[in-house]
Amino acid sequence: MRSRITLCFLLSAHLLRFIAHAELETLDKINICEKLTDSTVWATGYKMNCRSEVLEVSVEGRQVEEAMLAVLHTVLLHRSTGKFHYKKEGTYSIGTVGTQDVDCDFIDFTYVRVSSEELDRALRKVVGEFRDALRNSGGDGLGQMSLEFYQKKKSRWPFSDECIPWEVWTVKVHVVALATEQERQICREKVGEKLCEKIINIVEVMNRHEYLPKMPTQSELDNVFDTGLRDVQPYLYKISFQITDALGSSVTTTMRRLIKDTLAL
Amino acid sequence: METDLNSQDRKDLDKFIKFFALKTVQVIVQARLGEKICTRSSSSPTGSDWFNLAIKDIPEVTHEAKKALAGQLPAVGRSMCVEISLKTSEGDSMELEIWCLEMNEKCDKEIKVSYAVYNRLSLLLKSLLAITRVTPAYRLSRKQGHEYVILYRIYFGEVQLNGLGEGFQTVRVGTVGTPVGTITLSCAYRINLAFMSTRHFERTPPIMGIIIDHFVDRPYPSSSPMHPCNYRTTSEDTGVTYPSVEDSQEVCTTSFSTSPPSQCVFTVTKAHFQTPPPVVTDTLRVPMAGLAFSHQLSSSRLSYQPAALGVGSADLAYPVVFAAGLNATHPHQLMVPGKEGGVPLAPNQPAHGTQADQERVATCTPSDGAHCAATPSSSEDTETVSNSSEGRASPHDVLETIFVRKVGAFVNKPINQVTLTSLDIPFAMFAPKNLELEDADPMGSLLSDGSSGGSSGNTQDDFVMIDFKPAFSKDDILPMDLGTFYREFQNPPQLSSLSIDIGAQSMAEDLDSLPEKLAVHEKNVREFDAFVETLQ
Repeated sequence: MRSRITLCFLLSAHLLRFIAHAELETLDKINICEKLTDSTVWATGYKMNCRSEVLEVSVEGRQVEEAMLAVLHTVLLHRSTGKFHYKKEGTYSIGTVGTQDVDCDFIDFTYVRVSSEELDRALRKVVGEFRDALRNSGGDGLGQMSLEFYQKKKSRWPFSDECIPWEVWTVKVHVVALATEQERQICREKVGEKLCEKIINIVEVMNRHEYLPKMPTQSELDNVFDTGLRDVQPYLYKISFQITDALGSSVTTTMRRLIKDTLAL
Repeated sequence: METDLNSQDRKDLDKFIKFFALKTVQVIVQARLGEKICTRSSSSPTGSDWFNLAIKDIPEVTHEAKKALAGQLPAVGRSMCVEISLKTSEGDSMELEIWCLEMNEKCDKEIKVSYAVYNRLSLLLKSLLAITRVTPAYRLSRKQGHEYVILYRIYFGEVQLNGLGEGFQTVRVGTVGTPVGTITLSCAYRINLAFMSTRHFERTPPIMGIIIDHFVDRPYPSSSPMHPCNYRTTSEDTGVTYPSVEDSQEVCTTSFSTSPPSQCVFTVTKAHFQTPPPVVTDTLRVPMAGLAFSHQLSSSRLSYQPAALGVGSADLAYPVVFAAGLNATHPHQLMVPGKEGGVPLAPNQPAHGTQADQERVATCTPSDGAHCAATPSSSEDTETVSNSSEGRASPHDVLETIFVRKVGAFVNKPINQVTLTSLDIPFAMFAPKNLELEDADPMGSLLSDGSSGGSSGNTQDDFVMIDFKPAFSKDDILPMDLGTFYREFQNPPQLSSLSIDIGAQSMAEDLDSLPEKLAVHEKNVREFDAFVETLQ
């Protein structure tokens, strides 16, 4: 009897995970994904060492895009390498990563990004969607974006590959509305200074040299790195966002939690 | 213990550290050139891209760095430092930042040299790229041009942070542990430039006329010369053509092995190029020179500070300025102007110790013959009014406000250090009302709190002379939006000359005054006749 219950439990947990993954894949980029913390993942109960970093910014509506791009690009700069070229005997060489400065139009700030138009386009697309969602939400102007670095782990049939995050960066955004031109001018400068602090924070975290995935063999390359870009190779990442209410949780998240709790027995 | 490290690893490590130091210098100097940097990614590895990063090598900078290192590597007690300073066209300079590459004794024996150390150094360089855009000096360097330039100096030895002023801040870019020690890269930067940034530089008017060729006169002996972070303008002295990168740099071809990491194959081949020309052995006793140099810097700066103590010095040259907000006791320091429009740096106003009075109304300087408007609102100001007008020597005697916000027609401005010069300020009569607005302005807290310690005691510190600005853009008088301004001034009062009430003047008065007028005219009949004759 006990074993049946355990089996039931395991099956339902796997099923839940399967459904959740399927859902994640169909929701193309507008991924309402719960922020993963460094504790339990799903109902299977195994722990994963996932670093989680949270940054918060308060910006004006038109600054949202540039502020998000600045943070995301800075993180990706540190988490991208050149393209790997495998040679015989298991050795590989690494391509070169170029960088370029980007001046912000609405913030007194300049950030450095990787010289990759494809990467820039991908980021701009999702940040644009976030900005539109924020604008249309009509709420308090609170939202957050998550940049998650993960590794893929092959699973046996019928389960799809697991995505195991090892680092999650969450940027919480609070949009303020300003009335006068002089307030906007001050905001330009203050947000610029705040972003400088955020960059310093990011660099501090990067400098800790904590867990990074092992350098993969050629067959494992796609499980660790995103090889789809032509000129650079960032670690596998996914970006999601959610519009939050004042309590910091989204509606979808609450529902999920309820379902999980019910099934957890 | 070096015996733990095999010789190949040791050689590799030394090479990594050497090229890391050179690349660090390149990144820092290029970030202060004043331009946006852009390099291309390349999916196939090229031989000269150390740490898998596309960082161009400016030959002059490499040459200077190698000269400073003189074949040594950063070690305990011997740090490589890059000093970034600002120099105005008048010859003043000020240290802005010191970037230090240090080594300490804490060793990490376990780490693999050719794999983890290399990748971590690469990560550190990326962090450096990000951090160099974030310190206050970056924005200053983007605006360098006629009025000031950014200079760099490389030295090797003890770190000297004296020139950064009080309260400088430090940011740590990162550390990398190696078997022979831990490499630390950090930056100490002057803090009281934080407010200066871009705001002032974009609003100040250009210097009148003079553009000095600052590269002709080196103020300091060339033992540790400063170099402009602008290699477009060629230096006047050296006829040396610096060897290009390919000639002198070793080519780095790296290949890594996957697992196990211990089987790393790392090859560094020396390119077969012509031998570089012999480097001028000018390095000297670098630490000593460095010490002397910074001593000179600080002493030169000291000579400008006395103005702050309230003693007027009209013959003062152009002192370097610090943000007034943090220096309430230094009210006389002037701005270093930027590229878009410099401030006419001028001698300080004679200070009479009186504090700025916020209710004072602007007056014009009579020495320029301009029309004087308005009156001081409090009687005790009259003394200072006359004093300050004596002190005015020329239209150039201007104290500029430090906290100038850019853009915006009616941006609020602090009362601090604001003076009026030759211009007749329109709508001056509205000034008192707006000064009250300024008092209540919550943004004022962002700006200098030391408004009481601000100006040099001249009365006309409510207004700023900004040349060539159109009307209505005096942001201290009318800190309001264009819309508000328009609404307020939509209905001006009628001119008095147009509103003569005809009924007020009686005909009788006119008639009464006629005989007198006629008598006067009759007296002057001869003159009138003579005049008429000249016309014919």
